[in-house]
Amino acid sequence: MEVLFFGIAKDIVGASHKVFSTNEHRPNSVGELKQLLIQEYSELAKLSSLAVAVNSEYALDHVPLRDNDEVAVIPPVSGG
Amino acid sequence: MKKYIEIVDQIDTSTVYAQLSHPHSGGICVFVGAVREFTAQQEVVGLEFETYEKMALKEMEKIADKAIDKWNLQKVVIKHAVGMKNVEEPVVIVGASSAHRSECFEACRFLIDTLKETVPIWKKELFKDKTVWVSAHP
Repeated sequence: MEVLFFGIAKDIVGASHKVFSTNEHRPNSVGELKQLLIQEYSELAKLSSLAVAVNSEYALDHVPLRDNDEVAVIPPVSGG
Repeated sequence: MKKYIEIVDQIDTSTVYAQLSHPHSGGICVFVGAVREFTAQQEVVGLEFETYEKMALKEMEKIADKAIDKWNLQKVVIKHAVGMKNVEEPVVIVGASSAHRSECFEACRFLIDTLKETVPIWKKELFKDKTVWVSAHP
């Protein structure tokens, strides 16, 4: 499972993507992924919001994550 | 074509009239967002935009479809630029055409307001001595 990072989230994590292989312990839901990331990178908790997209659609915490999903961490958007 | 939805390196403001013009449209409304020199009395050198393009295009399509349905629009344009932009450069253009003016005015406001809320695009303000991701922190 590949997780993409954008904007300030990319700066905080220090990478534009991270791969969770099937063998290693990987989050099973959007909520679990957020928890795991916030544990590792506490600065993420200070953002105004932290959304996640699964296969380029916004996804709530209960949405399950599968091996082939493209997951993205979406910090507060600021287009326009 | 009814919708012109793009992420681009540079906004070309000269094509929008031809793209929105339609025989059934008596009104065409366009909003252009540009880089402003001052934010909270601080001088901005420029703005840098990045996007999750695949998702941004999908979200822009959804916004366009909603607006077309709600205001019975003939044509819609939503384009956003990415990369480094200097003061006075256009960074976003949205527009709509409809039979009468009130529909396209309202639709235009909806297009830009919703884009700012939901489309995954991020902007970093570059000042002389620091850079700040806009809206990142409360």
